[in-house]
Amino acid sequence: MITKKENIDALEKFSENLEIEGRSLWQDARMRFMRNKAAMVSLVILVLITLSVIIAPLLSQYAFDDTDWYAMHAAPSAEHLFGTDSLGRDLFVRTLLGGQISLMVGVLGALVAVVIGTVYGATSGFIGGRVDRMMMRILEILYSIPFMFLVIVLVTFFGRNIYLIFIAIGAIAWLDMARIVRGQTLSLRNKEFIEAAHVSGVSQWNIIRRHIIPNVLGIVAVYSTLLVPSMILTESFLSFLGLGVQEPMTSWGALLQEGAQTMEIAIWQLSFPAAFMVVTLFCFNYIGDGLRDALDPKDR
Amino acid sequence: MFKFILKRILEAIPTMLILITVSFFLMRFAPGSPFSSERTLPPQVMANINAKYGLDKPVFDQYTTYLTNVLQGDLGPSFKYKDFTVNELVVSALPVSAKIGALAFIFAVVFGVSVGTLAALRQNSWLDYAVMSTAMLGIVMPSFVLAPVLIYIFSIGLGWFPAGGWLDGSLQYMVLPVLGMAMMYVATFARITRGSMIEVLNSNFIRTARAKGLSYSYIVVKHALKPAMLPVISYMGPAFVGIITGSVVIETIFGLPGIGKLFVNAAFNRDYSLVMGVTILIGFLFILFNAIVDILLAYVDPKIRY
Repeated sequence: MITKKENIDALEKFSENLEIEGRSLWQDARMRFMRNKAAMVSLVILVLITLSVIIAPLLSQYAFDDTDWYAMHAAPSAEHLFGTDSLGRDLFVRTLLGGQISLMVGVLGALVAVVIGTVYGATSGFIGGRVDRMMMRILEILYSIPFMFLVIVLVTFFGRNIYLIFIAIGAIAWLDMARIVRGQTLSLRNKEFIEAAHVSGVSQWNIIRRHIIPNVLGIVAVYSTLLVPSMILTESFLSFLGLGVQEPMTSWGALLQEGAQTMEIAIWQLSFPAAFMVVTLFCFNYIGDGLRDALDPKDR
Repeated sequence: MFKFILKRILEAIPTMLILITVSFFLMRFAPGSPFSSERTLPPQVMANINAKYGLDKPVFDQYTTYLTNVLQGDLGPSFKYKDFTVNELVVSALPVSAKIGALAFIFAVVFGVSVGTLAALRQNSWLDYAVMSTAMLGIVMPSFVLAPVLIYIFSIGLGWFPAGGWLDGSLQYMVLPVLGMAMMYVATFARITRGSMIEVLNSNFIRTARAKGLSYSYIVVKHALKPAMLPVISYMGPAFVGIITGSVVIETIFGLPGIGKLFVNAAFNRDYSLVMGVTILIGFLFILFNAIVDILLAYVDPKIRY
């Protein structure tokens, strides 16, 4: 029979041994992400692709618009690693350069969407009440407008300008982001730990900084990674229709369009850009999935 | 339920008006005119043309005229195809897109849901991994990559299906366009179904049903499928939108005389009235379909009705 005092002593001893290092949300998430093999491999591949897309065109002996009349539709060889296109331009350089454009449009477009969406959603969620209802109503109306068609109209009528394109597609994609962020802030606002923080006298700003932002940031990070591939797809979609990047500049979508026309005689013109794009999209999707699993509080 | 449906339909009306207004003013303030590309016309002739299409009136009058016409179902004359009205052009193109789109949509839902359910039932087996990695491939392979690949394999390589054309919608002309359009949505539906099915199968009421001694297949069909369908139904709206948007690419690749092709050609030709007409029609379809999806959701999940 142990007395109460002994009991407490034992507990204290036990808890001293238990002294483990506290892990923050982000440390925890990083560890879980590192354990996810598919996501880590994707991350490495993506970094490699990004680096090669930036560096390799500078090292190559060909420029992206150098035409070689003696090597039109040339198959892949030591001279032209990925072969050449219908004008004898080196496809290796063009594929990587196209990747540069596609990735840039993807990242910038996603950035525009994330900024607009987060601000809109957070405002709507924080203020709540009538303002929230109004803002969500506007969102619903925007949802049912066929934006892809409006973008096509904009691009054909106002000129084929790459900045216009990614602003336009970025502005389309913020709708989902706004919804997600709004839902998150709304549910966070009523959580017990926020109330507890209020009660213990934490200032409004500190609550936002310490509790709301870290919690919203996770979901924003996940959806940004998933937004980039969808931005790349949208840009390729427009370029495929001949409305995106204009010659002699190129992007994966534009290369795919050229490749699709000549695939009967020169399949490499389709396969190399397609492979690059598909692998990149794969990586972004796996990283997004990995981040979601790592940051999902339900799993903890 | 009736009240919910009525409310949902009433909500769609202002959206429709805004859509018409936006597309009207977008067209009016776009630089260039559908007639400017032709050789310079004498000013008298130009004035005549403008009078014929009502372009000489104040913009607001044009807007009200257009709005009343559209509300009566008249999308006006085409600027480029002089002998046709927009309605005639749309009516001739719509069945093509509708046929392909509907087949692709049905295929995507049926195949995607069954494959996703199968993967969920055999969670973490080789079947699950195979299905899910194929699904990932389907998601990252956009239709404008998949369609040429399909043509390369099945038309050029194997010679099973024609590489393009329509021929009044005979079956072998539709296989590749439908596949090219549907694959991405098959994959997405499979992923969504798998995720929600696993969640439902782990919930308490399923455990109760199993404890009662019901057979597994009975539980899946009778208890699990309906709640697991909720996210699938919500994704039907975006999928429908995506399939319509995708028709632009698919119809261009396969040379089909559908709405998507009509729209792209109209945009290139600056055929304002045709572009406006198609945009409004597609917006109308979006709104209609989103309403249907909402009503379906409310039917499956009574919580939404109140």
